[in-house]
Amino acid sequence: MNLEKVIFGFFIVLAATLNFGFFTGDIDNPAHHDVYELFAAIVVSLIATVLKFGDRTQIGAVHLSTSLVADLQLIAAAMVWGYAAHVSPAGLTPEMVARVVSLSGGALLANGVSVVILIAETIMQRR
Amino acid sequence: MTPLQRHHGIFFLVLRRLRAPLIVLITILAVSVLGLTLAPGLDGAGRLSFFHAFYFISYTATTIGFGEIPVEFSNQQRMWVTICIYLSVIGWAYTLGTVFTLLADRNLHLAIRTQRFARAVRRLREPFYLVCGYGETGRLICSALDRMGVRAVVVELDDAKVGELDLHGYTADVPALAADAGNPETLSFAGLTSPHCAGVIALTDDDSANLAIAITARLLAPRLPALCRAESPETAANMASFGTRHIINPFEKFSEYMALAVQSPAAWQLLAWLTSLPGSTVEHHRDPPRGHWILCGHGRFGKAMLSTLSRESMPVTVIDRQPPGDAPHRWVQGDGTGAEALLAADVRQAVGLIAATSSDVDNLSAAVTARGLNPGLFVVLRQNHYSNHALFDAFDADFNMVPSEIIAHECLAVLSTPLLAPFLREMKARDEEWRVWLLKRLTGRFGWEAPTVWSERINIARAPALHRRLMAGEEVGLDTLLRSPQKRAEYLPCEVLYIQRDDSDHLVMPLGDTLVRPGDELLLAGRRRARGALGLSLANEQALAYLLSGVDLPGGWIWERLARRKQIRKERRLPG
Repeated sequence: MNLEKVIFGFFIVLAATLNFGFFTGDIDNPAHHDVYELFAAIVVSLIATVLKFGDRTQIGAVHLSTSLVADLQLIAAAMVWGYAAHVSPAGLTPEMVARVVSLSGGALLANGVSVVILIAETIMQRR
Repeated sequence: MTPLQRHHGIFFLVLRRLRAPLIVLITILAVSVLGLTLAPGLDGAGRLSFFHAFYFISYTATTIGFGEIPVEFSNQQRMWVTICIYLSVIGWAYTLGTVFTLLADRNLHLAIRTQRFARAVRRLREPFYLVCGYGETGRLICSALDRMGVRAVVVELDDAKVGELDLHGYTADVPALAADAGNPETLSFAGLTSPHCAGVIALTDDDSANLAIAITARLLAPRLPALCRAESPETAANMASFGTRHIINPFEKFSEYMALAVQSPAAWQLLAWLTSLPGSTVEHHRDPPRGHWILCGHGRFGKAMLSTLSRESMPVTVIDRQPPGDAPHRWVQGDGTGAEALLAADVRQAVGLIAATSSDVDNLSAAVTARGLNPGLFVVLRQNHYSNHALFDAFDADFNMVPSEIIAHECLAVLSTPLLAPFLREMKARDEEWRVWLLKRLTGRFGWEAPTVWSERINIARAPALHRRLMAGEEVGLDTLLRSPQKRAEYLPCEVLYIQRDDSDHLVMPLGDTLVRPGDELLLAGRRRARGALGLSLANEQALAYLLSGVDLPGGWIWERLARRKQIRKERRLPG
């Protein structure tokens, strides 16, 4: 067992689960989507991205790119939330919540790809 | 030294080293923001939202510090912010420290420099020479190539010499790498396999490195000419065994020159003039006399000189500590620096002295002592180190044998004009009278400064205008061609020395009425501006038409139409 691999897998799976937790629920109901969970998802996703830096293999490159996609989607979601909560006069309307959640849904797909790659890589090694 | 394997991944190397500090930074920011959203604010204001917390931490962590925004903080919030400030300082200090350590890392420097060098070489889109070894010879060659307008790429083992290259101030940029040129990978980074590489010049002072370069060039780029320096006959034989095209042994070369100077002073002076380094002036030497010679030092150079002199059947006395083997020469034991040994070698009756030891001081001392005993002595001095130049200049020997200069001359002669070698062979085969005539004619016209020697091929690529006219059946003589394209009455300051014809025929010093044929290769010598002017007449239709007919052709479509109409009208009028 390799500690580095444990940490790597942990952060990738945690990013996916947090993202999923934020995503589930009615798409336009603010009560179903906690902003703290979004924050946690962003932080864990960023850390997972940095962990993937510096791997020169093909799989490493795909890992990094999916992670960057997830970051981008989540940061976009956070910005929409910030706009809705503090700038837009109408506040956090169901419409805005739906936008935030659908953006995080995109990130969830990217995180899912990351997890699939992780599993595929593990299976390929057969150890 | 293995920076080369790693050079591809500098970006990844940096990213990997920055992994830990980046994670620390992200974590610290996340914890700070989260804590600030949880801390209770003043009554009525409530907690900070994520947006405000992120805003506040961003400007606090980067030490901008706008104050407490949007509302005044509660004491709980202030307590947390105090912790955040110290945390963020630690995070930034750690990150910046890692970045600076990384920038100061020698391996990274090496990797970056190698990558920059490889990129510069890849971007070269014109012919260049790969010069291995930037010592005295390398410097001479590089500056000569620079004057000739040819690019060079340098590989040198010594870091200090590579640094010196930047200070030298060449007109064109010379990419240089501090690495072992004997390593094939280094050579391929330096453009050995590039389609623009015109030749390899191996000049390192280490024979085995030169040998390695020669074999690498032979295997990786067999079509490229390789010029290799070899100081021992074994290395030269080894290089010749796998077909290295040009092997330059400075000692052998100098003895050849010396033999030529003894046999035919005019040929020697012509050779010196034609192969002199650009920008230099050939000095007049008196010609080496025939008679009794004294040789001090029976080393590599001494042996070469000894065999030359005995081939010319001149009696030689050798002064050395060891006997010179079974050769039939007189031997005096000693080191030549003292008067006794020189007197024992009959210095008063001798005509010449060759100081050929590997110590510059010994050579000078022997020469000074011998000149004192016999002022009319012809002195040949071997100069081992370029740094002793001032001493050798002050002594005023008849010949200075400087290995670096000899190699540089030879390289340039081979590189710039391959036709020079057959011309020199032809010249050596002619009689002395002809050579004296030729020398007087050329130096009388162009002076003793180094001439520009170049070759022109009459083909569609190099001389499109002339080639087209010749193929159309026109006859063009040298006399017409070698005139100024600005003013037809003036001749260009250059002469055709040699013409190589397609059918392995050749002409030496062709007369002015010689007709040029397509496929000819001309060897020319003259002033620099003649080269550009001749290039213009060969390639430019207008310039050539003016040379041949004296009429300025109109340029451009409209003027051509007008001129043709005028001509037609004139023709119509004639029969009427």
